[in-house]
Amino acid sequence: MLDHPAWQAIWLTLELATLTTLLLLLIATPLAWWLSQTHSRWRAPIGALVTLPLVLPPTVLGFYLLVLMGPNGPLGRLTLALGWGTLPFTFTGLLIGSVIFSLPFAVQPIQHAFESIGTRPLEAAATLRASPLDAFFSVALPLARPGLLTAAILSFAHTVGEFGVVLMIGGNIPGKTRVVSTEIYGHVEAMEYAQAHWLAGGMVAFSFLVLLSLALLRRNGGNVMR
Amino acid sequence: MKPLASLVFAGLLLSAPLQAAELSVAVAANFTAPMQKIAAAFEQETGHKLALSFGSTGKFYAQIRNGAPFEVLFAADDETPARLEREGDGVKGTRFTYAIGKLVLWSKQPGLVDDKGEVLRSGSFERIALADPKLAPYGAAAMQTLNKLGLAEALSSKFVQGENIGQTYQFVATQNAPLGFVALSQVFADGRLTAGSAWLVPETLHEPIRQDALILARGKDNPAAPALMRYLQGDAAKAVIRSYGYGF
Repeated sequence: MLDHPAWQAIWLTLELATLTTLLLLLIATPLAWWLSQTHSRWRAPIGALVTLPLVLPPTVLGFYLLVLMGPNGPLGRLTLALGWGTLPFTFTGLLIGSVIFSLPFAVQPIQHAFESIGTRPLEAAATLRASPLDAFFSVALPLARPGLLTAAILSFAHTVGEFGVVLMIGGNIPGKTRVVSTEIYGHVEAMEYAQAHWLAGGMVAFSFLVLLSLALLRRNGGNVMR
Repeated sequence: MKPLASLVFAGLLLSAPLQAAELSVAVAANFTAPMQKIAAAFEQETGHKLALSFGSTGKFYAQIRNGAPFEVLFAADDETPARLEREGDGVKGTRFTYAIGKLVLWSKQPGLVDDKGEVLRSGSFERIALADPKLAPYGAAAMQTLNKLGLAEALSSKFVQGENIGQTYQFVATQNAPLGFVALSQVFADGRLTAGSAWLVPETLHEPIRQDALILARGKDNPAAPALMRYLQGDAAKAVIRSYGYGF
């Protein structure tokens, strides 16, 4: 059934997906808030930039990350100057890649949630002399909870299913950058179909459960809103 | 017209479109550039049309076993064609070695790799790229070389693995890995190195990287299939293959 390298890959995948989700919630929430409130002329270009990873093939994203984070890329030069070495082939590099890759999956549900609140609850908060920060934390954020939940689940699931980017910047190092999807790919390419089936079947079951829970949450989330 | 003559005439008419056939060919990714060149010449010479698909040999194997419409396979190894032939997906007796790959230790940086590969012993680098030995014949050859030099264990913590030799090349070309084992065909053109420094790994250090071709069951009755196999063994094709850094 599942051997040691498989468990190692599963553990690494869960670690990567959890950290990616936490980072994304921290980054995406203020970003989504800004996008939902601003009238700046930067709104459209920033919004498009955030959505870009949704459209780009993962190999394109992975290749650019490899070049950007490489010793001759701007990001690579920065990390080298800071004494951190270069990021490709490290867990940190993979984490950065995953955050960028799943950014639209986190920003969009939260942004939609903020937008659907409308201006009235916030205006009410303002007339009660709540500061904008206070209004954000005590009115907007609780009302956007279903959006935050959707964002978290989608980010987590999308990172688990991530493949192309990992392949490009990972280097297939056991315990560091070899995740479930690349492990499955390796088995299939090596014609080890039995091992591939166990992992791939698990992946299908996992993905189904995630989407099912998302659908159930959405239904309950709707009730909470009312 | 006499009956016999009209029969011959009809036969000629019928056989004419058969002679200019279309052939679906699966080609190992590392052989992309030479195959494109060879295919153009082959089409012009014979009138046959080739539909080329490039990809990894492992993926082709899975696709062929599951009914992919490929008629000829140019693999990156010799095991996969042998296995397909054994399993009944290939035409017996059509398998042959069309090229022998050459392994090279390469760096984008001039002067980093010396012409005896001593840099491997110095260990003065943070990472070394190689193709996954389980998946790619060039990776397996790199592993055999390091084992023979007694360096595999010492260097294993510095390994970064590409899933195929194309990706391994990318790791070294972008200098994310300062050096790595790649195919000579990737860094060699017109008889010289295209960039950086390299050590051509002696063929005594690893088993030959034989790349075999095979006519698949689906191409059994396609006249273009044996024509292509013959063409690959001719002087014109061999000159192209050699110019890309392969041997025979």
